[in-house]
Amino acid sequence: MQMSDNLVEIRDLRITFAGSVDVVQSLDLDIPAGKTLCLVGESGCGKSVTAKSILQVLDHPGRVSGGSINLRQPDGTVLDIARVNPSSPVMRHVRGADIAMIHQEPMTFLSPLYTIGNQISEALTLHRKVGKREARAEAIRMLKQVGMPEPERRYDSYTFQLSGGQRQRAMIAMALINQPRLLIADEPTTALDVTTQANILDLLAQLQRDTGMAVLFITHDLGVVAEIADEVAVMYLGRIVERGPVREVLEHPRHPYTRGLLASMPRLDGDFKAPLRAIPGMVPPPALRPSGCPFHPRCDWARSDICTHKPVGETELGGGQTVACHAYGPAAHLFTRTPIAAPAPVAALRRGERALAPLLTIRNLHKHFPIRAGFFQRQIGAVKAVNDISLDIFPGETLGLVGESGCGKSTLGQTIVGLHRADSGSVVFRDGGAERDLRTARGAEARRLRTDIRMIFQDPTGSLNPRMRVRDIIGEVLQVNGGHSAAEIESRVQVLLEKVGLSPDYAERYPHAFSGGQRQRIAIARALASDPKLVIADEAVSALDVSVQTQIINMMKALQAEMGLTYLFVSHDLGVIANISDRVAVMYAGRIVEIGTTEAIFRNPRHPYTEALLAAIPGRGQRRSGARIRLAGHVPDGSAPLEGCAFADRCRYAIDACRTTLPPLKGEKTHLDACLRSDEVQLRPALAQEQLAPA
Amino acid sequence: MTTFDETTGRVAPIAAKHQRGRGYDGHWALVWQKFLRHKLGVAGGIVVILAYFVAAIPEFIAPVTLEAYNPAYSYAPPQPIHLGRDDGEGWRWAPHVNAYKSEIDYNSGRRTFVEDPTQPIDIGLFVQGEPFRLFGLFPTDRHLVGPVVAGQPFFVAGADRLGRDILSRTIYGTRISMTIGLIGVSLSLVFGILIGGISGLFGGVVDNLIQRFIEFIQSVPSIPLWIGLAAAIPSTVPPLQVYFLITIILSVLGWTSLARVVRGRFLAMRNEDFVKAARLDGCGPVRIIFRHMLPSFLSHIIATVSLAIPGMILAETALSYLGIGLRTPIVSWGVLLQEAQNVRTIASAPWLLLPGVAVVIAVLALNFLGDGLRDAADPYSD
Repeated sequence: MQMSDNLVEIRDLRITFAGSVDVVQSLDLDIPAGKTLCLVGESGCGKSVTAKSILQVLDHPGRVSGGSINLRQPDGTVLDIARVNPSSPVMRHVRGADIAMIHQEPMTFLSPLYTIGNQISEALTLHRKVGKREARAEAIRMLKQVGMPEPERRYDSYTFQLSGGQRQRAMIAMALINQPRLLIADEPTTALDVTTQANILDLLAQLQRDTGMAVLFITHDLGVVAEIADEVAVMYLGRIVERGPVREVLEHPRHPYTRGLLASMPRLDGDFKAPLRAIPGMVPPPALRPSGCPFHPRCDWARSDICTHKPVGETELGGGQTVACHAYGPAAHLFTRTPIAAPAPVAALRRGERALAPLLTIRNLHKHFPIRAGFFQRQIGAVKAVNDISLDIFPGETLGLVGESGCGKSTLGQTIVGLHRADSGSVVFRDGGAERDLRTARGAEARRLRTDIRMIFQDPTGSLNPRMRVRDIIGEVLQVNGGHSAAEIESRVQVLLEKVGLSPDYAERYPHAFSGGQRQRIAIARALASDPKLVIADEAVSALDVSVQTQIINMMKALQAEMGLTYLFVSHDLGVIANISDRVAVMYAGRIVEIGTTEAIFRNPRHPYTEALLAAIPGRGQRRSGARIRLAGHVPDGSAPLEGCAFADRCRYAIDACRTTLPPLKGEKTHLDACLRSDEVQLRPALAQEQLAPA
Repeated sequence: MTTFDETTGRVAPIAAKHQRGRGYDGHWALVWQKFLRHKLGVAGGIVVILAYFVAAIPEFIAPVTLEAYNPAYSYAPPQPIHLGRDDGEGWRWAPHVNAYKSEIDYNSGRRTFVEDPTQPIDIGLFVQGEPFRLFGLFPTDRHLVGPVVAGQPFFVAGADRLGRDILSRTIYGTRISMTIGLIGVSLSLVFGILIGGISGLFGGVVDNLIQRFIEFIQSVPSIPLWIGLAAAIPSTVPPLQVYFLITIILSVLGWTSLARVVRGRFLAMRNEDFVKAARLDGCGPVRIIFRHMLPSFLSHIIATVSLAIPGMILAETALSYLGIGLRTPIVSWGVLLQEAQNVRTIASAPWLLLPGVAVVIAVLALNFLGDGLRDAADPYSD
């Protein structure tokens, strides 16, 4: 067999689960030597399973039931991994020495009982004959190479002593210690903050250049693809539907699925409030794979005479791009290949002047969580999750709240809605002239507030009681707060279900019958049941797949216009925030460091932290240039006593004064920032020249 | 507002799946479906149901009463059952056992039993025997199985020192042994839910104190404590009261693990998003506990209970075996096993261990059942 410059050639791979369900079907994939190949697709498309099959580490009921995985050995021979016994010495040598893998969650991947140095040198001694001291030296050298601060000291650290980014670095060091020729990275940055993600992506790109290894990078995020890939393969329901060089695929996407994915991604160039185009439907489970082209039920181009029953083959398009779509195959002349239609603009609520009285006024809000220790639970300190926050939310607007994890943004939302009792400060809700303070409201007043301010949770699975029918879940708030007859509640539930795009006869079902996106719709219906004024969405779309996420965002916008809602939208995803928000507040270590209109924040950031956050958005930075802004470290421990600006230690503009004076929130009404030097330093908006082309 | 394709069935196969109505199944239906897939658990469940059935009507199932004895059959081995007889005209269906002739070897002093084919004892189903009251109400004299002519020797599982039928006594023992677990666990459950609930609900210092107390109780060696408590029961107390006192003694120690389970569930549940959502809906604490939290871990509690019963059965058996638990005339498996305390007895009459076999079967069955229930308690995991 002749293999060109491909390290791994997968041919006609079939992976079967539980005897009958083909999760991966006739998959062809080449992993070029010395390049980064990104495997993209929504969850349930078989990306991870494909990667695991290369290492022969499929989880129990799964097995490779056909095809070949040819690995080119250094001596020129070819090893078909699919034919090797998974527990044979040959395969054990391939794992770790030839092909290494890193995962999404290093905390579960690394053992908590051994030091990271211990685990890294074990990986080394398993494959090579080295002495103990030598292994240690080599491991420390590796830790240094992956940018671990203080590698000598960290060698003896346990995983729980490291931050998320450091753990991921340790895992990368462990994977690379044997200089593998292929590194498989399975969503390695998905669980990380955007700033940490940027650092890890930089590191992987640099290591790839330095060592010349091949990288198979699995992700669902096209921004990450733009950042790191040389080549892209788009996967749908166990098949590669499109592949080619990264520029070709991202700038001239051919397959309708690729186009759909790109169109549903929030954009930061041009009008970032432009409505997003969602791919209809969701990925069906492999057992229900549609016949013909598996994408046809969700495809705009699908023709009932071809796509629904004729199996689709691959078409070469030149420039190294291939696509598996009938619209490019022998029957291409039958298709018109319309560009993706711009979605109907979502009717925006006509907003009055900003002179309107705010709906919610927060003044000097504090929420500290006590740290207790000892038998008698003595308080020894406090985490200042929300620290002196003042904020106005105006009727009919969407205020986006962003920040890294641990900055207190969720706590702020939960305090407003009443899940936490604030320590001090005031939260005043203004409705039709009446002012009510959330902190002092009792009885009927408190009940009114509960129905006026509602919340949508992040996890659509955990936030719906699995023992209750959809009707009872949505109607609970009406039942508890009295004054509604059973018939009223019933009809209200029907109306709400229709509003969130679900069939009214779903009311009798239980949550387990629904997909993640549908569950989130139910959660939204519950939040809207009491006809609220303000809805707090705490990472409401973060747990969803790209196309479903876009569907939910569009629906929330439409509901806002229809019902005159005000949103406080908490998210770590800047793309989503830019798309949905009228104004954005950036939080850091329990304080708001910058707040202003979306335009102002994204086009003209005035706080260095905002600048760094924007620069970290994958796919927006100048590709592979050294002059990018990267944040080291993480959000400081909220219990440490702080003087001055909390961001000073990570800030590249910090001066001595920053460490001693606490900067106040200042500026014009539409754009406030809390930085001492915001007037003297010129910050960059991170809207790069090189943007993903419109689909 | 448009209806999204996600729900109008553009992904047709999924919509079709929903039509089948699985989505309409409630929690218990799902638990049941998942439990049925646990084959060992189902088998355990069937055995447990049979055991409690036996415990309910031992008078009917046992061939003879507890008091029946036949001195000639002291330590008689099990009688083999013959299904038919050849009486010259060919083989005929006639289930019977043969009476024993006993011979005494005067050199060794041992008695050996030999079948005597000339004295067949016909046996049958639903035969007449000693009169009794079914459930203490309906007078009858039918027995499930036994000799056709009442009073003839019938020892399919052998006899003990006094010539009493081991099988009948083991069947009677089922009643006490199986119920002592049930009653003991119900008592523990009350303590466990109450104390564990308080601990999990209030948290803080209360939780701390209760947990340390539980740890203290768990650290006390159980057998000596049982012995101490059981020895404190005066010997003048009637046997039935002893029975209740023993269940109380067992549950005094048994509630701790249940309390821990309940507390753990409470703590985990308190931070579930759907409980927070219920708080935001305006539900008061009582409604949250009884409408939102309790149904969510009821199935877990049932599983824990079924795993706790075997512990009670074993504890009762151990106490009675040691002679400090139940006493004759009450018959439990542990009391019966007292007969088998001596190695020489076991060597010459191994059938005395039949109650031990019953204990093993009952405990295994309950454990399998509990395992199945525990796996099914959370049917949403797959």
